[in-house]
Amino acid sequence: MNRIAEQLTLSASDSPNNQLDGGSSNICGTGVQFELASGNNPAAFTQQYTDVKSERDARIKMDHGTTTLAFKFKHGVLVATDSRATSGNVIASQSVKKVIEINPYLLGTMAGGAADCSFWERVLGMECRLYELRNKKRISVAAASKLLANLVYRYKGMGLSMGTMVAGWDESGPGLYYVDSEGQRVVNDLFSVGSGSTFAYGVLDSHYRFDMSVDEAKDLGRRAIYHATHRDAYSGGIVRMYWVKEDGWVAYPLEDVGELYFRYHPEIKLTHAAESPLAAQRAA
Amino acid sequence: MSYDSALTIFSPDGHLFQVEYAQEAVRKGTCAVGICCKDSVILGVEKKAALKLQDSRTMRKIHRLDEHIFLASAGLVADARVLVDMARVECQNHRLTVEDAPTVEFISHYIASVQQRYTQSGGRRPFGISTLIVGFDPNNTPKLFQTDPSGIYYQWKANAIGRNSKTVHEFLEKHYAQDMSESDGIKLAVKSLLEVVQTGAKNIEILVITKDGNRTPNIQEIEQTIKTIEAEKVEEAEKKANKRKPATPA
Repeated sequence: MNRIAEQLTLSASDSPNNQLDGGSSNICGTGVQFELASGNNPAAFTQQYTDVKSERDARIKMDHGTTTLAFKFKHGVLVATDSRATSGNVIASQSVKKVIEINPYLLGTMAGGAADCSFWERVLGMECRLYELRNKKRISVAAASKLLANLVYRYKGMGLSMGTMVAGWDESGPGLYYVDSEGQRVVNDLFSVGSGSTFAYGVLDSHYRFDMSVDEAKDLGRRAIYHATHRDAYSGGIVRMYWVKEDGWVAYPLEDVGELYFRYHPEIKLTHAAESPLAAQRAA
Repeated sequence: MSYDSALTIFSPDGHLFQVEYAQEAVRKGTCAVGICCKDSVILGVEKKAALKLQDSRTMRKIHRLDEHIFLASAGLVADARVLVDMARVECQNHRLTVEDAPTVEFISHYIASVQQRYTQSGGRRPFGISTLIVGFDPNNTPKLFQTDPSGIYYQWKANAIGRNSKTVHEFLEKHYAQDMSESDGIKLAVKSLLEVVQTGAKNIEILVITKDGNRTPNIQEIEQTIKTIEAEKVEEAEKKANKRKPATPA
């Protein structure tokens, strides 16, 4: 199953002599390769220790607490994430950077294993740069996401945990792909990834329109993250927002979700108690 | 001491003789010419005379590498077969990983780097072919590239490879015009091949590639083109003769 991926990703161990029959490709760069577990089925071996679905105690637990979202609209792609990292019941950090700046016109988001995401997206950044140098033009978002998907497909079943969105702007306009460590790679106008994604989807799906203005898009992204952090225990901290436009991405000032509460919460008429006749009596 | 027996040895004056001998093999192959026009690109090849018992349809000199990229070679036909297959795989590889059609430059670079690799390791000999790679890029610009056994590749407006290519190339230099129409391009390709192919239409094969597709003019069309060329030649000659005639005194 992984043989196709092996052929399509030139590994660092390919010496010039080995490449005689393969030809030198401008698509895949040097790639990065790790030693796999020994034996003919490394996936089966590592799966015992990292399989997220199994109940065994010995497995290495991966935390997925996060909310990240991205959507395409008329003026580009808006990317927004929270910044909380949890290990078990402890909030490890409230200021994690979950948006990875692959290069000045491509962004990747982080969900799942932080190390997996940041490492492989940096390798992707290297491959994208090599592509640019070899082919004298920017890499398309489709190709960049494909490279990332192929890179991690080699390690499918071996415990990588990564759910990332690749956002950028190329010749065919704004581009957005979702790539994960299971080997999935799909295209869509709107994605949200992480434990808080269900809450974010609710807000996004209610108000999303392709022809939003930039300010409307920013508000929607901020709002969706806020609502997710409000309800999901594993999301919180600050909202990190980026706008990818034709000539690259721009980062926006950070906003604390605690402060956003006071901006957005009065809009929600949640408690009947505030409007009930009893409350009016008590106030009087 | 002979410096030409092993591939990986330079001669004292900087030659790789095996590569140069490979280029000799190319000069013995049948001629091929490529011409870039305004909205099309023309490939013309000299077809070897079909032997009586041979099915001439199986003799292919023009190979398709991808939707809109074609290759014609001069030199060792078997080497061409191998290189064409490698190039076809690389085109599909490109489509798979990049989700986009390869540019003509990309595949020419690939073919050239394969040819170069075979000039730098022991135990293998260089490919004995030069290639003309023609086609359209995804942005609809016509392109023509040439590779040779040493592994170089250059873009050309028009070029020729194979036997008598020098003559054909000089002819092209004299008669090539920027932004020609398709029919002018076909005429020029046939004219330039006629310089070296004496026997006429049945030994010439043309391929016309436009951004929407490609077509192979049949033998009647080529014969028609040749007739037009000959008529034009006669016209030219008459004009010249009329100019030279002295004015009769009144």
